[in-house]
Amino acid sequence: MTPDLLDAGTKRMQESQARAQAVGGSGGRATGYAHPLQARVVDISHGRILYLEDVTVSFDGFRALNKLNLDIAPGELRCIIGPNGAGKTTLMDVITGKTRPDSGTVFFGSTIDLLRHNESEIASLGIGRKFQKPTVFEQLTVFENLELSLACHKGVWASMRFQLKPEQRDRLAQVLHTIELGAQCHAFAGSLSHGQKQWLEIGMLLMQEPKLLLLDEPVAGMTDAETERTAELLMQLKQHHSLIVVEHDMGFVRSICSKVTVLCEGALLAEGTLDEVQADERVIEVYLGR
Amino acid sequence: MPAPSTPFAFRKHLGWCLLLLGALWSAAAHALSPEDAWALAEGDNATRIEALNRLALSDSQRAHELIRALAREAVQVQGQQVLIVDNGRWIDAATGAAVDGTGAVAVMLNNRMRNALEQTLAVLDLFDPDPARQQAAAQRLRESQLTRPDPALAAQIERALLPPYGQRLVAPARLALEQAQAVVWLGSADATQRLAAAQVLAELAQPLVRNRLAEQLELEADPAVQQALRDAVASIDRTLALAEVVRQVFTGLSLGSILLLVALGLAITYGLLGVINMAHGELIMIGAYATFMVHVLFQQFLPGWFDWYLLAALPVAFLAAALVGALMERGVIRWLYGRPLETLLATWGISLILIQLVRSTFGAQNVAVVSPQWMSGGVEVMSGLTLPWNRIFIIAFAAAVVIGVALFIGRTRMGLFVRGVTQNRPMAACMGVNTARVDTLAFAFGSGIAGLAGVAVSQIGNVAPDLGQQYIIDSFMVVVLGGVGQLAGTVYAAMGLGVVNKFIEGWAGAVLAKIAVLVLIILIIQKRPQGLFALKGRTA
Amino acid sequence: MTDITRSDLYSLTVPSKPLFGRAGWSAFLSAALVVCVVVPVLNLWVPEGHALHLSDFMVGLLGKILTYAICALAIGMIWGQAGILSLGHGLFFALGGYVMGMYLMRQIGADGVYGSALPDFMVFLGWTEFPWFWALSHSFVATLLLVVLVPGGLAFLFGYLAFRSRITGVYFSIITQALTLAAMLLFFRNETGFGGNNGFTDFRRILGFPLASEEMRVILFAVSGITLLSFVLLARWLLLSKFGRVLHAIRDAESRVMFCGYNPLHYKLSIWVISAAMCGVAGALYVPQVGIINPSEMSPANSIEMAIWAAVGGRTSLIGPIVGAFAVNGAKSVLTVSFPEFWLFFLGALFIVVTLFMPNGLSGLVKQTWNRFRGVRA
Repeated sequence: MTPDLLDAGTKRMQESQARAQAVGGSGGRATGYAHPLQARVVDISHGRILYLEDVTVSFDGFRALNKLNLDIAPGELRCIIGPNGAGKTTLMDVITGKTRPDSGTVFFGSTIDLLRHNESEIASLGIGRKFQKPTVFEQLTVFENLELSLACHKGVWASMRFQLKPEQRDRLAQVLHTIELGAQCHAFAGSLSHGQKQWLEIGMLLMQEPKLLLLDEPVAGMTDAETERTAELLMQLKQHHSLIVVEHDMGFVRSICSKVTVLCEGALLAEGTLDEVQADERVIEVYLGR
Repeated sequence: MPAPSTPFAFRKHLGWCLLLLGALWSAAAHALSPEDAWALAEGDNATRIEALNRLALSDSQRAHELIRALAREAVQVQGQQVLIVDNGRWIDAATGAAVDGTGAVAVMLNNRMRNALEQTLAVLDLFDPDPARQQAAAQRLRESQLTRPDPALAAQIERALLPPYGQRLVAPARLALEQAQAVVWLGSADATQRLAAAQVLAELAQPLVRNRLAEQLELEADPAVQQALRDAVASIDRTLALAEVVRQVFTGLSLGSILLLVALGLAITYGLLGVINMAHGELIMIGAYATFMVHVLFQQFLPGWFDWYLLAALPVAFLAAALVGALMERGVIRWLYGRPLETLLATWGISLILIQLVRSTFGAQNVAVVSPQWMSGGVEVMSGLTLPWNRIFIIAFAAAVVIGVALFIGRTRMGLFVRGVTQNRPMAACMGVNTARVDTLAFAFGSGIAGLAGVAVSQIGNVAPDLGQQYIIDSFMVVVLGGVGQLAGTVYAAMGLGVVNKFIEGWAGAVLAKIAVLVLIILIIQKRPQGLFALKGRTA
Repeated sequence: MTDITRSDLYSLTVPSKPLFGRAGWSAFLSAALVVCVVVPVLNLWVPEGHALHLSDFMVGLLGKILTYAICALAIGMIWGQAGILSLGHGLFFALGGYVMGMYLMRQIGADGVYGSALPDFMVFLGWTEFPWFWALSHSFVATLLLVVLVPGGLAFLFGYLAFRSRITGVYFSIITQALTLAAMLLFFRNETGFGGNNGFTDFRRILGFPLASEEMRVILFAVSGITLLSFVLLARWLLLSKFGRVLHAIRDAESRVMFCGYNPLHYKLSIWVISAAMCGVAGALYVPQVGIINPSEMSPANSIEMAIWAAVGGRTSLIGPIVGAFAVNGAKSVLTVSFPEFWLFFLGALFIVVTLFMPNGLSGLVKQTWNRFRGVRA
């Protein structure tokens, strides 16, 4: 037994351990069933971070979602498009817990049943949402808005005792820089312009450090330059997060998305790359009318 | 008497004359003799009561008048004459002639005589030509036999049932007399009589009767009579239970109709305008006081039409409350749209001012509002169950008001504007609807409904400045429970609350019932915070 | 876009507020001085007839208003900061008062009309022993604990049920009215065991010391004042912390706050229970000073009046409600004596004027004129 052999052996052992850890548990997909269930930890060993099956939502007889099936892989940026009334916002409501579906299942990871949690729990679990209309806290300053969204313990006692830690301060400064609102740091959010509010909301989303981001028309009302910045930001986020983007701007969709889902009247109409979808007969019919 | 035409005809007609004379003479023989009058006025109890009984069943008008006069202590004695005194004038009881009776002495009446007189008056009334009075008299006799069986009275009743008197009775009176007789026969030695009594009394669903029958069942030895008694008791129990349920449902509906009236205006203003009006109770109070004013006016200037004052009070109360509501809306509430919590406080301030205004004008104590004649009394729907007319009218009135409101909102142009402004104010304004005016009109309409509620409330309760405070929390609960957006929700919630309240009141008392209802509502809206009947929609 | 250097990134100035600034602390300390030193001196040492003498009546009145101010502060916290308008806080005030009242009734001992250990009203009803809920009323420490626990517990139960169902706004306010009405009806019954419509009165002593003496009155006044000041500190601490900012966010956009991960139920419930406990303490201080507690303290109208104190003074500021309580109750004591009929008109008009023209109350008015003054200067 020479030192080189020892080193080589240790190195091989470490590599195999790293490989084992990379695929998770004792071997990967097929053995995913063997690891213990950990509460509130998102289990992506099955390759899905969001899984919707046969979700149906009706309001007084009107079917907003009709047996919708959808799944998102970790690290994916999925764009959802569709005509008005297709159910895109309702889809986001269901995922974030704002609306309860009449039937169907919604899973975050393979173990977390989202239907059993309320909005704040779902947000703490790691799903962040940006709304169609920028909703920020107008009576709080930009700084306070971001501080509120900080990923930390959100309980009552924790909030009473809360002191901003240095690393949290740094993160806040970083996000401020990203959304370019450093100068307005202590201005009231109500005094910002529409576009600035959009960015503030994106900033709040970033502070939350969610695993899954839901963005409802993130570039509505933005200039071309801002749209480009948003695209860059989203591509950056894609590396470590999963995203669902609802948009109407096809140029923006083309610049960020690989996979596109088309919704129509609450159900899935087509799925694929943007080119495939745009060539699909049914999609053309739905968008351009009969 | 016809004039004789021929000597032969005269002989034939003479026979008729003699017969008539004889009848007249015999009638005179049935008239009151001075000895009988004396026997009634003076002497010991036994003779007097015997004379009383005899004279009561006689045909003599004079005898009846003397008995009635004796009952109202208007009989005096002068020497051997018995006099009836009336407004300072005396007449001889036997002859009817006017007499000077300045030295007359009043006749003594002890308790026994009074009791006997009371019963006898009832017997006299039995032969009154008015069927309603006959029936009332027969029922009085029956009640008296139930509470204090009197064999002498029983004998009289028995005699009254036989011909020739029996034929003069109307059917309901006869039935009541038979029941009275049955009460006495229950204790008779003859088994057939007891059996007959049990069967007759099975139809009389009163708690007293049931108790008597149950008592008799304990002592009864004859098996046939026992069975009849048991059947009778069972039948009465069933009827009483049914009557109780009907009574509770009715009082529940009655309370529900009141709640509906007071809550309807609030549901309209809140459902249509999003304004909870804490002064709503005071609008009801204004309606009640408007009714009071109309009632006083009618008393003073139109006494002959007094029974119709309610009809005049309806538009007056509606307009008065609507006017105050319009002023409130224009002056205060319109500046607070979109700030519901501040509206609560501002309208509370208005309610304080209104209460103090009314208190300073009319005084802090209750004012009396007399119900018109046709509202008093009740209708007997089942044995032992009388439903008061005023409650029945209020239920009908509430139904009419609900229908009116539904028609207004659903069918009229103004109702269309109101619905449009409620659902989408900017769009309605773009279409040219004057939203400010629609708001004021809708608020005034809701307030007017409160005024109508005040009319109803004035008929069944006290009218005082703090009248509104009694109804405001109940109105809130109806609106909260029923949800907004639908008239039906208010109706169901009000009726439901009324019935539930009365049912709980049945076994827990009024205070605990109210508390239970409040707690129940708090618990119900846990499950459905928007109210039981609210429309489900996508809250964007 | 300018070139941001790393040093800029980390030069973020984090606003850190101390509990009070210099002006705030001096105001606070002067208030403490007035409560603990000035008023006792003016009442006890300055002789009667002297211009500066503070009469016993005034001390009692001021002490009572101090307890009202605690209630107003509590309402300011839940309404001004968290956006929850409660029109039933009088219930918690009265419950705290009743708990203290139970202790004081026990302390009467055998000095009552019937000369028995049981309170007079129980002897009158023919009861021979204390009901179970009077068990701890002999102990002062237990009473102090219950003064906080009973209103707090009821508030917790009610608030949990209400906030869990997401009942907000006017519905919530109306339900609190219904709650206080139900409680009032319950307490009016003699069988409930709280003295019926007469309530508790005729107190003799507290902790062995006679209640009617001058010293006791001043001591109660001082204790009320110190309690108020401590609650002001507590409120200030809460509002400056992140808890306060979350409350503001909940007040302005509750559904949005949920998407940030905060559960509004917990936050609303905690501020609700804290405010109820504050009112309970205020009630416990009120009863020995006023000498009586009866169910009309729970009347719906009383609770609505508390809301107007906070509104008059300015509900979003910290001491605005306190100022409002003093202003309105001061006006009430003056007007009900000289123009009793006019008081209700005045109060009603106050409600209307404040909501229409002074949405931020007196403190808002002061701030406006101060800013305008400064604006003119600058």
